[in-house]
Amino acid sequence: MALVLLLSAILLLAAFGHWSGARFARRARAAGLRLPALPAYYGWYVALWTGLPSLLLLVLWAATQDWAVRQVLIAHLPEGLAALPADRLSLELTTIRNIAYGLMPRQGVSPEVLAAAAEYLRLRELARLAGWGLALSAAVGGLAFAAAQLSPRLRARHAVERLVLLVLLLCSVVAILTTVGIVLSLISESLRFFARVPAGEFFLGLTWSPQTAIRAEQVGASGAFGAVPLFAGTLLIGAVAMLTCVPLGLMAAVWMSEYAPARVRDVAKPALEVLAGIPSVVYGFFAMLTVAPVVRELGTALGFEVAAQSALAAGVVMGVMIIPNVSSLSDDVIRAVPMSLREGSLSLGATRAETVTRVVLPAALPGIVAAVILAFSRALGETMIVVMAAGLAANITVNPLDAVTTVTVHIAMLLVGDQEFDSAKTLSAFALGLVLFFATLTLNLIALHLARRYRERYD
Amino acid sequence: MPLPSAGAPGTLGEPLMAARGVNVFYGAKQALRGVSLDIRRGEVLALIGPSGCGKSTFLRCLNRMNDVVEGARVEGEIRLEGQDIYGPEMDVVLLRARVGMVAQKPNPFPKSVYDNVAYGPRIHGLTSSRAELDALVERSLRDAALWDEVKDRLREPGTSLSGGQQQRLCIARAIAVSPDVLLMDEPCSAIDPIATERIEMLIEQLRQRYAIVIVTHNMQQAARISQRTAYFHLGEMLEIGPTHEVFTAARSEKARDYISGRFG
Amino acid sequence: MTDAVPLPPPEARPAGAPPSPHLSARIAARRRGRHRAEARFRLYGLAALALCVVALAVLLASLLLTGLSAFRQTHLRLEVEIAPQHLDPARPQAGDYGAMLRAALEARFPEATSRADRRRLHALLSGGAEEDLRRMVVADPSLIGTRQRLWLLAGTDVDMAVKTGLPRVARQIAEGAGVRLSERQLEWLERLSREGDLALRWNSRFFTAGDSRDPERVGVLGGLVGSLLTLLVCLALALPVGVAAAVYLEEFAPRNRFTALIEVNIANLAAVPSIVFGLLGLAVFLNVFGMPRSAPLVGGAVLALLSLPIIIIAARAALRAVPPSVREAALALGASPMQVVTHHVLPLAMPGILTGTILALANALGETAPLLMIGMVAFIVDIPGDILSPATVLPVQIYMWASGAERGFVEKTAAGILVLLAFMLSMNAVAILMRRRVERRW
Repeated sequence: MALVLLLSAILLLAAFGHWSGARFARRARAAGLRLPALPAYYGWYVALWTGLPSLLLLVLWAATQDWAVRQVLIAHLPEGLAALPADRLSLELTTIRNIAYGLMPRQGVSPEVLAAAAEYLRLRELARLAGWGLALSAAVGGLAFAAAQLSPRLRARHAVERLVLLVLLLCSVVAILTTVGIVLSLISESLRFFARVPAGEFFLGLTWSPQTAIRAEQVGASGAFGAVPLFAGTLLIGAVAMLTCVPLGLMAAVWMSEYAPARVRDVAKPALEVLAGIPSVVYGFFAMLTVAPVVRELGTALGFEVAAQSALAAGVVMGVMIIPNVSSLSDDVIRAVPMSLREGSLSLGATRAETVTRVVLPAALPGIVAAVILAFSRALGETMIVVMAAGLAANITVNPLDAVTTVTVHIAMLLVGDQEFDSAKTLSAFALGLVLFFATLTLNLIALHLARRYRERYD
Repeated sequence: MPLPSAGAPGTLGEPLMAARGVNVFYGAKQALRGVSLDIRRGEVLALIGPSGCGKSTFLRCLNRMNDVVEGARVEGEIRLEGQDIYGPEMDVVLLRARVGMVAQKPNPFPKSVYDNVAYGPRIHGLTSSRAELDALVERSLRDAALWDEVKDRLREPGTSLSGGQQQRLCIARAIAVSPDVLLMDEPCSAIDPIATERIEMLIEQLRQRYAIVIVTHNMQQAARISQRTAYFHLGEMLEIGPTHEVFTAARSEKARDYISGRFG
Repeated sequence: MTDAVPLPPPEARPAGAPPSPHLSARIAARRRGRHRAEARFRLYGLAALALCVVALAVLLASLLLTGLSAFRQTHLRLEVEIAPQHLDPARPQAGDYGAMLRAALEARFPEATSRADRRRLHALLSGGAEEDLRRMVVADPSLIGTRQRLWLLAGTDVDMAVKTGLPRVARQIAEGAGVRLSERQLEWLERLSREGDLALRWNSRFFTAGDSRDPERVGVLGGLVGSLLTLLVCLALALPVGVAAAVYLEEFAPRNRFTALIEVNIANLAAVPSIVFGLLGLAVFLNVFGMPRSAPLVGGAVLALLSLPIIIIAARAALRAVPPSVREAALALGASPMQVVTHHVLPLAMPGILTGTILALANALGETAPLLMIGMVAFIVDIPGDILSPATVLPVQIYMWASGAERGFVEKTAAGILVLLAFMLSMNAVAILMRRRVERRW
């Protein structure tokens, strides 16, 4: 609520700036001066100078104040805590913070930590107030600066438009900042992981059981961090999903674009889009509640041994979820193939099926491959279905009836709940995330490139 | 598999296809009314008239390419060797194999030159060995007067050829299927004059073996290459007869005006 | 004017002209095969689409079959004495309402005298019944000292048995199947049922309560409010930034490498797995910025980053759809490019932008994985009050129920999904209606 108050104060100041700027301009006009811009622009000029710097400062302060508070807190920690090794210290800091926010019961916590939590809260409050003071003074300062700039010669519109353009540019840079943020955070945490577990073990090791690190009460790596079973499981489930969604999605797209009467297409296309709109947690529940038992009973009836959480059930449901991705992209791509090619083929006496398989699909191939690659990228990164239906068993197998696990399952499981931030177990999630990010990045870039080439061909 | 090699003498004048009272509707709009004409072996029939007059629509009726257009409806009767091509007995695939078509804009498939020509024979199963197919592709390209230009580039994509070459490739692709009738929809409108000349010479040669129907907006071209000419106006066929008669003594005033260049 | 009005006789092939190869028996046979292949191909396409529709139907049907029962909950009717000895009239909220309910049960079934039997008897009622009674008395203290015939919330085992059907449960007990009701309890239930004091009643608690350890007491409100707060934060962050970025890229950006870099970034971010955004949120928002765990503020910020590329792409499409004539006309009147955008182009593109934004929000409403990463999985009973208090969101709530051990959670999970889907569907419907209106205008 207090934040709302502060924001309203800044807005009020900006509004006052707008009024005074506009008043200046109107008076100048009334005095017979010719101004290079409409009075409203003088108002906006002052308002922007009042609001923008202070809001920017507020955001920056919000982003950095906790870091600053922690530094101060560490510097003032009592002897017993300050002497701890770095990783234990960060664990204690997490505890302190959780207690301060009331996320953890206070029972059984040492008085030192409780005191530190109180100190932390006090420091944060201080930092918050300081930040607000800074923001308010920035607003007043901006207002004063802009008011001092006001003169009949000021090209207010030009100045306002430059400021707005700058804001627009900053907003579109958020996309780059996000990517940079992802890459930096993944890489820095992964580096800390690889300082504990050699990269060779991670990328080539065949055993994954990070849990042992806790049980042994040891710092550093005593668990096994060979991620190959996770990669293999991800690929297996991804392959099952692709075998489900590519034929179904592609055939559905072909039928819709080449055979369906317009009225049927008008119904079928939104129906497929509904399939895409359903959240993955729903598919996960569907997989564990309905599909997995059916798969298991069917398999057992046919004499196969089926795990309760088989890769097949998870993969098929994931495939169903991705069908609309394949079909709607393929549909667009297939429709982009010029009608003249279809007519050329039909007028030679080809059937529609021959036209599709021998002319349309080969012509649309790059676009379809792009759609399939994007679908595969989606399958690799899909989390909830596999968390709920694939389980944690890290097996290396190509039998889809076995239970396997995936990269995303372990990222989620390692980070859910309370975590000590410096253990290899927690950090391994970031290493897995890094692998996942670069794998999907590569696939996405290839798909983007193919799609662009395809567009250029027929546009 | 014997392929038609030469038009037999004395076949001229016997209708291979006959259209009677053809009406075409696109939705509620009538595009053609009551067109009747015959198509004969060994001659080129030119369809002329101002744009939008229905000549292309009529052409597309002859191999039922209007079926592709949603909302199109064809009335009347068109027969190929006596069989109603809109009748329930008619197999569209067979019809289109026998009535080939070359589009206005060259539309080679994004495949190699060879595969473009071999496309029809492959789907219809016209040849039984690779050597036979090679021979058929070569013969078709020779017949389309393209062989010498592409014999070293058979593996290159058909789309890499020049516009005129692409159009001859499309002609080669059509005649490789061994049709009886060849429909051409302004085959020279999208290419340059030199290529046009080559294609006109080609049509003159092809006339020996196929019944050819050509839509053109170019009066001189119609006069040069056709034996008979039909004049279309606003969906109606106002005139048909030997080309020289239509050009010198058209019975309808509109046809005379059009031919003399007063509108069009 | 026609050629030859009478239809000529069927033309015999002239002597000398070779017959068309297409009429030969071999090729005709092949053609029949091709037609069969065509029919098969068309069938495959139709079957693929039908399979998709069937999958959707099975999904929805299984959710409805599983979930609809959760909207009604088993209640027992008992005569309860709101005995003054169990509470202090000055502070009715501190009363021992459990004792009153136990007394009511024992009065109804006086034959339950052994300790074990009494424990079984008490297990028929949910802890929720006590809570309801307390709320009732607190709201109306005049009830103290009266006797009331009340419908009371039954425990989950009773609820499951009633929903399975008591005769069937009896058979299962006879067969020794793992049923969590004893024979004795079943007898009592059958008696209540015969006397009309056992019924499935509308489960209003499901829409007014937060999470609970007991499946019969859970509700979606906590998750819904959490989702709402999270989406509000997401909207407040993503919409202005997204629109500003789209305006810059579509209207002002020079064609250079930097712009191309931004565009590639946006296209890629739209396809980055959502869990990676969760990792980003954990590493940056929680660990560097020190924002509180489990807060809608952080969840909304993560979802904003996730939705931003989608909103930018949609907004750019909407801006591109504004006819160039609008820009040209305004420029010709002497407006600056910025004025053209803010006064003419943006207002025209706004419905399209909002449509895309609603769709992106509907998408964000269903996101689960990234929110697990930032700790929105905590067990939270209270309805969150603001964007800094610990909260969970509906899909995460669904995930937690789905992993709940009690059988009673299954129907609650499905019912939670039905509520979630209802919300997403109505958001999509709004977006589609808006799109229709926009399309009609141009």
